[in-house]
Amino acid sequence: MAGIVGYGAFIPRKRITAEEIARQWGKDPETIRKGLLLEEKSVPGIDEDTITISVEAGADAITRAGLEPSKIGALYIGSESHPYAVKPSGTIVIDALGIGPEVHVADFEFACKAGSEAMFVSLGLVESGRVEYAMGIGADTSQGAPDDALEFSASAGGAAFIFGKENLLVDVLETYSFTSDTPDFWRREGEFYPRHGGRFTGEPAYFKHVLGASRAILEKTGLKPSDFRHAVFHMPNGKFPQQAGKKLGFTEKQMEVGWIVPTMGNTYSGSSPTGLAAILDIAEPDDLIFMTSFGSGAGSDSFVFKATNLLPERQALGRTVRSMLDGPKHYVTYGQYAKLRDKIIVNE
Amino acid sequence: MREVAIVAAGMTPFGELWEMSLRQLFAEAALDVITKAGVDHLDAIYVGNMSGGCFVGQEHLGPLMADQIGMAGVPSTRIESACASGGVALRTAFFEVASGASDLVLASGVEKMNDGADVTNVLATAADQELEVYHGITFPGLYAMIARAHMEAHGTTEEDLSWVSVKNHRHGALNPKAQFPREFTLEQVMNSTPVAEPLRLLHCSPVSDGAAAVLLCPLDQATRYTDQPIRILGTGQATSAMALADRKDPTFLDSVQLSGERAFTMAGVGPDDIDVAEVHDCFAISEICCIDALGLVERSQASGAAASGLTALGGRIPVNTSGGLKAKGHPVGATGIAQIIEIFEQLRGESGDRQVSGARLGLAQNMGGSGASSVVHILERI
Amino acid sequence: MPSPRYWREVPSRLRLEAARCSGCGKVNYPPRPICPGCRGDQSEPVTLSKTGTIITSTVIHIAPDDFLFEAPYAIAVVETPEKARLMAQVVDCDPSSVGPGMDVSLEFRLIRKEARSGILCYGFKAVPAASWEAQS
Repeated sequence: MAGIVGYGAFIPRKRITAEEIARQWGKDPETIRKGLLLEEKSVPGIDEDTITISVEAGADAITRAGLEPSKIGALYIGSESHPYAVKPSGTIVIDALGIGPEVHVADFEFACKAGSEAMFVSLGLVESGRVEYAMGIGADTSQGAPDDALEFSASAGGAAFIFGKENLLVDVLETYSFTSDTPDFWRREGEFYPRHGGRFTGEPAYFKHVLGASRAILEKTGLKPSDFRHAVFHMPNGKFPQQAGKKLGFTEKQMEVGWIVPTMGNTYSGSSPTGLAAILDIAEPDDLIFMTSFGSGAGSDSFVFKATNLLPERQALGRTVRSMLDGPKHYVTYGQYAKLRDKIIVNE
Repeated sequence: MREVAIVAAGMTPFGELWEMSLRQLFAEAALDVITKAGVDHLDAIYVGNMSGGCFVGQEHLGPLMADQIGMAGVPSTRIESACASGGVALRTAFFEVASGASDLVLASGVEKMNDGADVTNVLATAADQELEVYHGITFPGLYAMIARAHMEAHGTTEEDLSWVSVKNHRHGALNPKAQFPREFTLEQVMNSTPVAEPLRLLHCSPVSDGAAAVLLCPLDQATRYTDQPIRILGTGQATSAMALADRKDPTFLDSVQLSGERAFTMAGVGPDDIDVAEVHDCFAISEICCIDALGLVERSQASGAAASGLTALGGRIPVNTSGGLKAKGHPVGATGIAQIIEIFEQLRGESGDRQVSGARLGLAQNMGGSGASSVVHILERI
Repeated sequence: MPSPRYWREVPSRLRLEAARCSGCGKVNYPPRPICPGCRGDQSEPVTLSKTGTIITSTVIHIAPDDFLFEAPYAIAVVETPEKARLMAQVVDCDPSSVGPGMDVSLEFRLIRKEARSGILCYGFKAVPAASWEAQS
């Protein structure tokens, strides 16, 4: 049996409110709040990117695992905002965390699913016995074009999970992946902002894949939604995960802890992984946890987890997602946001 | 060692000298000296310069400058010790004459800072690149950290810092070669633009172009060139940890104390014997730190020395009668020599409205980096 | 910043690796061949804690070109519990609130970029310690 032996998350402290963005573009903030269920989102500082978020989340994961970093034999980072187009994020992260040089490293991209992809591959390598421990990270400083609906959600943060076979905090009971070619959202090489198919991102993309993967893993495990204490789905906005969960038979209460999007925003590859981290922060032994990610293009990974007796004592060894969401925050104006997100043309 | 004298001095005005290039600045100061001394040859040239390479893309200043004044063939060397380059050029020239190797040596300094370079970046090359500059520190920033630590440890106030600027501008207003020969009120200084807290624009020396040169020869030959030679009685140089983080006490400039002690020992005099001093006030806090480390005032008096008039013209120990780096200007490589020229003129009674009457012993202290280098000279009227 | 120069400093900048002098016990960051405290040449590796106290600080208003977008920013000399001192920016707080005696934590951050197309240079910045205490 393989599972999670350590986890950590990181969310930048800067925030921008939906209201501030709406005001910039003459939109009605109430429509955003009620329509998309978004209050505010995290904003990366000028000095924060996928790499820095991964290092901070990864450091807490190592602390919670109580592990010698050098024992980690593989590290994968899923992101759609790797700071370099060519040159791995992962090499910087392993050197910063004291992992390696005996380590397999790769950067993954699968729109918002790249984080769960990194987790999936890490798990598989550990299960196969190829490596003793592997770290899967989902992190992003998400891009959203100005005056696009995405601008209200695209945010920054991520989570890291170390997989191993001993001293598990969380068992992985089952996984399932559901993938098809669906061009609902994309960013071409060299382009700064992603584009999307509007309402096409809904039924044929998000819902088809999230529901497809979720139903299949329930069938595969023979579990019912009511067997789970917690469930988390990819959170492109506040509404989609709630709708998907309800269609599957999950209650709002089951989704409450992992549903962090209203104040965090959509951290793309970091979205459902950070939601999972929020659940692990408070989960109790034997809790069953359901997770389904989604990445445009498109695909979903579903996981069924079960918390062990070891989890509670490790929870306090790192920063909790809630403490970072509710902790000291620094609100920025749209002007500051434009500066921080490199949206202002300057002379070199 | 032979005794050594300064027999002639020359300098350009300091300021934004848009029409003058690096080499023209040097030539003007050097030729002024050569003409005054009436010499037809030099045995060696030292050119103090911090960063011709970064400011104007020009290195190898030794031969370039020798050639500019028709002295190609003469051994000529550029000396670099950041903002202490000028002072160290003088010290090097001193030893060459004292040793008996040469008789006529030109010690000079030159810097062309206003030629389009990113001055903040270039000056920061004198700090520790890997441990300090990497993180975004600037030169004013380093001295601001010294100032804040000084405020914390010694109760120094923003007003104390501002009085240094007010005093030095009062002095500079009397110096026709100064870049800013005008006075500022305490309010003007305290309300000027913040640069690196707690330092404001008027606590900082300006960005300047300029050159300065002096001619050295053995004391026993000095009267061939002037009626009023000035003896170099002592020289001292010291270093300390480059990075501020590596100093035990960030408020104390060890290198200044050490270089001062060495110069005093060589000269056989003490701080109380000094009649007039030029110290390296690149920022207001540095004058406070330097007069303390040199022992020119009691530690308890250092912060308030400018406000109390102790270091003003007419005070017990006038400091920076030239206006200092603050008002006179700070073309970094030239500064050390310009300080020497102020003391040279004071000891010869040539300082006009800012003359310290009866000055017999003068001190010049020139510093590099955030105090990692310091060089002190003590001059004597004969 | 040229890549080789950045690369050489990775152990100290990315992992806070330092050395404790076997002679006098002084912790030198980054490690050096000779201890500046006692001139000893023997030392053992030590990793600095990611916490510290500010010794002195400033707020940079006039910034170098590479940091123009960050001004005004606080920067400080921080002393870690090992008594090693290092310079770091202090972020995620009001710069005017930063001063001697303040407790900080060190977080991994992007420190500078080599223009638009050059390498990215990482390291640690300080944040107010309070923002970590909120975790428990």
